[in-house]
Amino acid sequence: MKKILALTLAVLMMFSLVACGGESTEDEFKIGFIMLHDENSTYDLNFINAAKEVKQKLGLSDDQVVIVTGIPEEGDDCYNKACELAEAGCDIVFADSFGHEDNMILAAKEYPDVEFCHATGTKAHTENLPNFHNAFASIYEGRYLAGIAAGMKLNQMITDGKITADKAKIGYVGAKPYAEVKSGMTSFYLGARSVCPSATIDVKYTDSWYDYDLEKEYADQMIKDGCVLISQHADSMGAPDACEAAGVPNVSYNGSTAAACPNTFLISSRINWAPYYEFIIDCVKNDKTIPADWTGTLQTGSVELSALGTACAPGTAEAIEAAKQKIINGELEVFATSTWTKGGQVMTTYMADVDSDAAFTGDTEVIKDGAFLESEYRSAPYFDIDIDGVTTK
Amino acid sequence: MATEKKTAAHHEPLFHIAKRDQMVWWKAWIIRAAAILLALVVSGVIITLLTGLNPLNVYGEMIKGNFSNNRVFWMLLQKTSVLLCNSLGVTLAFKMKFWNCGGEGQVLAGCIAAAACMIYMGDSAPNWVIIVSSLITSMLAGALWGGIPAIFKAQYNTNETLFTLMMNYVAIHLVKVLQVLWENPKNSGNVGTINRASQAGWLPKLFGMQYLITVLIVAALCVLVYVYLKKSKHGYEINVVGESQNTARYIGINVKKVIIRTMLVSGAVCGLAGFLLVNGSSAPTVGPNTAGGQGFTAMLVAWMAKFSPFAMVLASALIIFLQQGSVAIATKFGLHRSLADIVTGVILFFIIGCEFFIQYEIKFRHKKGGVQE
Repeated sequence: MKKILALTLAVLMMFSLVACGGESTEDEFKIGFIMLHDENSTYDLNFINAAKEVKQKLGLSDDQVVIVTGIPEEGDDCYNKACELAEAGCDIVFADSFGHEDNMILAAKEYPDVEFCHATGTKAHTENLPNFHNAFASIYEGRYLAGIAAGMKLNQMITDGKITADKAKIGYVGAKPYAEVKSGMTSFYLGARSVCPSATIDVKYTDSWYDYDLEKEYADQMIKDGCVLISQHADSMGAPDACEAAGVPNVSYNGSTAAACPNTFLISSRINWAPYYEFIIDCVKNDKTIPADWTGTLQTGSVELSALGTACAPGTAEAIEAAKQKIINGELEVFATSTWTKGGQVMTTYMADVDSDAAFTGDTEVIKDGAFLESEYRSAPYFDIDIDGVTTK
Repeated sequence: MATEKKTAAHHEPLFHIAKRDQMVWWKAWIIRAAAILLALVVSGVIITLLTGLNPLNVYGEMIKGNFSNNRVFWMLLQKTSVLLCNSLGVTLAFKMKFWNCGGEGQVLAGCIAAAACMIYMGDSAPNWVIIVSSLITSMLAGALWGGIPAIFKAQYNTNETLFTLMMNYVAIHLVKVLQVLWENPKNSGNVGTINRASQAGWLPKLFGMQYLITVLIVAALCVLVYVYLKKSKHGYEINVVGESQNTARYIGINVKKVIIRTMLVSGAVCGLAGFLLVNGSSAPTVGPNTAGGQGFTAMLVAWMAKFSPFAMVLASALIIFLQQGSVAIATKFGLHRSLADIVTGVILFFIIGCEFFIQYEIKFRHKKGGVQE
């Protein structure tokens, strides 16, 4: 009984403490970010850095930019956090991880006056909520260009006599066999093949977006299996570290890993989220409508390439620049059907699962005028074809 | 003379530790309060040294992170309830000195059953039917997950610690398989929010409060477990089996039956936690992290509270308070979550450590002891 009394007193004391510290509610603009992991994940670091960059650029104060890290995809933490941010006066709530989407939709329904923006999601264009939005970038263009650096490196190894042309095998550590990963992997591979036609690629999926040990282990395994160059779409430093230890060139993602892997780092592509953040902030401040889907491109500054690593083959910078200009002026389509086959055939039609309905069947024709039109019908990628030359291990 | 001195010193060390008699309750609580204060001071020093922040602001933010608005307060209540439910579950087995390390798996088994009911009955059955089915099947699933190691323990005397631990991994991988089966959207490997549009099988709000049902269920359960352990014949049998199986046999208790029965109940209670985690969530889903390590945290809670159901309310509330507080301070000060974990670690260390000084006393060697003689 006395224990209970003591507990009650303690709780009361805590309440009274809190009651004193009431926060002033201003009408100033406020944005809240919900991140899956913290800075240790290259994926989340990329979002966090962009948030800090925009905060500084727009001169926002600490109170105006709230960054919450470590909110899991499973359960209702994201929903509660999103509602909490909305209640705390945020005009925009942004979430960075694919699995946050359903939670964000629930929160968006509850707070119609707050804009909920979600990176990498797929449901905004079918959900028809005026305050729920998806965003992504045409990162396949960046991947393609990074692939050119890989292809150039393979060519250098062939000319130096380190490998023969038929041994130009790339290893790719993927997170999940999901369109986002397959689209990135394929565009990277097509970029590499555009300069090194004999290149092949092995893919291993970890079934997790962040698993340092497994990513490292898979990279090691593929190096043992004869892969002479590694790239990855998974969020830890596992693969780059394995490459550095083994002296195998690595194309990384989400930002440069040159500092940790000075000898093997080639190039990294990343989505720069700052342009999107600026765009939605501008929309809210000036009463403009945020579109259901927004796709950043090379032109908007959303698709970025890092500085080249010292391990890059000579001529890489020029080759990338030339291809980049071709992409920008429309001469080069990354997924042009003339550059790849499936089962030995050039594809002329493909129904992609663009609308997330219950059936998960293809609903939209995405091959038109000799190219697979990625990110045309929604921002998140839907290229999920295993093309010839790709081997899933 | 010199040798005598040495042997005397050897026989009586600088200090020795002796078990205390039962300490008066208020003295014990003074020690606990002192431990918390000391923990706050030590963490404060660490915070200031590492970040230069005023520790009082940091603690204030931790409190705010749990009490500053209705939503965080209800989350504190809900998470405490689920953790408590889980702790009550493992405690039933612990009382019998059956080291049920399988809380995590038993919760997950419950989650799977609850989610399955929601997914397969979502379109066809009325809401209450889905909820009742989820409730019953999740408890059965938890009982099954707890019962299997118990049967092997009772029949073949297998090691229950290892067996229950292994059952966790079986459950985790089972969820991973089901994630592929139930994924939404396709190939994402995520189940997504189950019945997001229809909300079929979601626990309803009571008096407009989202998590009130969860809190009430666990509050009732807490009393029930207390009565079961303290006042019922079953509870008595659990105690005796825990103290000495031979004694139990001697007085005619069917030890095998008690082990199996208790683990079925223990697993069922953990399975109930799974039901609360899925149906009781604001966004029901299932995945390998749905239990989020709670099955293990529950063991900590049970030990901290020395298996007393009511003390477990405090212990689980403290753990959740620290967890939510750590998110709040990481957000407010832009600190790395690890710092919050350090603070949590220090506080738990002191709280658990102080129990030693409640149980034992340190007796120093008397200065005018045998050494001089």
